[in-house]
Amino acid sequence: MSIAPDPIAAVAEGLGRTGYIASRPIALALHLAQHLQKPILVEGPAGVGKTELSRAIAAWLGLPLHRLQCHEGLDESRALYEWKYGKQLLYTQILKDRIAPMLGDAPGLGPALKALEGFSDLFFSEQFLEPRPLLAALREPRGCVLLIDEIDKSDEAFEAFLLELLADHAVTIPELGTIRAAVPPLVLLTSNGMRELGDALKRRCLHLFIGLPSPAMEARIVAARLPGIPTVLLRQIVLFIHGLRALDLKKLPSISETIDWARALTLLHTEHLSADLVRETLNILLKHEADISAAQPALAGLAFQAKRDAETGMPLPA
Amino acid sequence: MSESSLLALLRAARGAGVRISTAETLEALEAAALVGPGDGTDLRDTLALVCAKSADEKRLFEDVFSLFFAPQKPAAPKLPAVEERGAGGEAQGGGGGSGLARMILEGDRAGLDQALADAARAEDAQAIRFFTQTNALARRMLDRMGLAALEAEIAANADPRLREGLDMLRAEARAEAERNLRLFGREESEALREYMLRRARLAAISPRERARLASLTRAMAKKLATRHSRRRRVAKRGTLDLRGTLRRNMGWDGIPFLLRHRATRVARPRLVVFCDISGSVAALSGFLLLFLHSLGAVVRDLGAFVFTGEAIDVTTTLKAPDAEAAIARILAEHGNGSSNYGTALAGFARDARIDRHTTVVILGDGRGNRAPPRVDALEDIARRARQLVWLNPEHPALWGTGDSDMPRYAPFCRQLRPCRTLDELERAVDGLLLLHRA
Repeated sequence: MSIAPDPIAAVAEGLGRTGYIASRPIALALHLAQHLQKPILVEGPAGVGKTELSRAIAAWLGLPLHRLQCHEGLDESRALYEWKYGKQLLYTQILKDRIAPMLGDAPGLGPALKALEGFSDLFFSEQFLEPRPLLAALREPRGCVLLIDEIDKSDEAFEAFLLELLADHAVTIPELGTIRAAVPPLVLLTSNGMRELGDALKRRCLHLFIGLPSPAMEARIVAARLPGIPTVLLRQIVLFIHGLRALDLKKLPSISETIDWARALTLLHTEHLSADLVRETLNILLKHEADISAAQPALAGLAFQAKRDAETGMPLPA
Repeated sequence: MSESSLLALLRAARGAGVRISTAETLEALEAAALVGPGDGTDLRDTLALVCAKSADEKRLFEDVFSLFFAPQKPAAPKLPAVEERGAGGEAQGGGGGSGLARMILEGDRAGLDQALADAARAEDAQAIRFFTQTNALARRMLDRMGLAALEAEIAANADPRLREGLDMLRAEARAEAERNLRLFGREESEALREYMLRRARLAAISPRERARLASLTRAMAKKLATRHSRRRRVAKRGTLDLRGTLRRNMGWDGIPFLLRHRATRVARPRLVVFCDISGSVAALSGFLLLFLHSLGAVVRDLGAFVFTGEAIDVTTTLKAPDAEAAIARILAEHGNGSSNYGTALAGFARDARIDRHTTVVILGDGRGNRAPPRVDALEDIARRARQLVWLNPEHPALWGTGDSDMPRYAPFCRQLRPCRTLDELERAVDGLLLLHRA
């Protein structure tokens, strides 16, 4: 029996080449999304690499990335398309002299109106259309990666508007008709769980939850981002962060904070963690005053423990 | 993995509380075919991606998945002992008789498992609904496996191994029946429990049920919220809004191209609740506050006061994101002492923002421990508010007995209704929102 190449591992490896270390569930989600042509809804705490994932996918597939940042009050004209009013106005002014003689020949109101009708479509053509991220994504000839970031920040009405796009990869513009994507884009939506998303939207998506990573995984991620980091320091950092996350904090440090901290420590030419050093650089990891004061008493112990465990040479917990 | 067992798995997941639609079921089949069985982890993750749409649902689904595939895992605890004896039996050249007895004597564990699985399928074990059916199901499974023959064999041949094997089989059949109950019986029994909870007296709820009841409360509030939030304006058909039409057509020198009709705006009520949190009424007050908090945008503005002796404004405390914790804190902080309706009402009338758009909801038993009832304060509130609704956790027959001042308060309330269970609470709040519309 021959062993078929594992397509999911291939996805993970492809993402790995762009510097994004994907766990197996992430690679699996991407594999399914490609074959079932369904959007992925990515949920998880802030800073675990939700946005980064779509960048990595775009780089891996060699496709352009279109990003729509959601916010309260986002509407169709910002997300989909807008007419270039200024340009339309300017052109009518410039062409005024040309239009007048053409209409002047027409006898009476009826024929003049008929003659004018021929022009009006001219001003509502693609030339005067300003494509916003969603429309731009649909019109990519080779397909693309479309990232709809922080969908939970948008209004519920916008969520309903997205349904047509997500299900049929098409949008309808009254003046032009339905625009369908030649190659369906790979859609990713991210959410921080600010509000509960509608069932209709969730039903159309694959739901991927990215949590905080295990120490072994996090070490791989940091090593991929900072290739020059000494192994001993890396192990200490990862174990320390893991211990810190067990504390009762308002905002747990996520991967992006780990990377920032590791970068800062390498810039300082640190070789080993010490309680003083941690205390001085803690504001990189914790962003709330209450969290910093809550963590203070535990720092010395955590730093010592991380240093001791890192030196045993045992493999990191997966 | 066959399609039918995949469907059974999804049915079990649905019973456990994962919401899976028909479209998602179809997709799950497609995705499972794409990924293949693999080592199980991939399949689990695939189905979780397609079917479970929140972190909680994913956890539920993973539990069901591991329970569903439990019997196919090797290393059951009793296996080695039986096998040793089985090996001995073979050496003696024993065996024969009924198939079941032979399998026990030979220690054919795989064969026994297969027979059990076949029996479970034949007896439709997945149809089990209530725990009272467990024994009967286990017995039917054993009968189908050939229990009668095995018992006859035991009567004839007093081999202790057969007797032990029978005991083991009994335990296994029972475990299998229980597993099916846990997987497939959940839906019905949850529904039954929910039904009972909605009709249970809130004052007598055990702390164990409290979390469930809280989530039930939130679900009910959400349902009410969607029902009442749909229409903001109700058109009065055919009546022309002259002023609006003129204003709208100003651009055409007032020539009415576009008509405007009159509409009634559906007002979102301003609610001010005033809750007795002494003794037995406390639990009910907690649920009322949670209910109103979960209504969200349907209520324009929610003011909340609690009292035992003095009225205390808890509006800001209640605005915390975790309402349940906030309510528990309020009850713990202010919930001691006996109630005095007189002073509390006077304080409430003084401090609360009550205007003609406000609905005032008072929750309490109206038992002021023989202190002056201060009916004048209630009259003042009723005059200023749009309406006054009183919810009383006592049965109407008890109003007016002992130290209850209800009959004296009653004339000032637009509505006065008993409210003891979650169902009654829902109906009361529903009525409240409807009243406001009229």
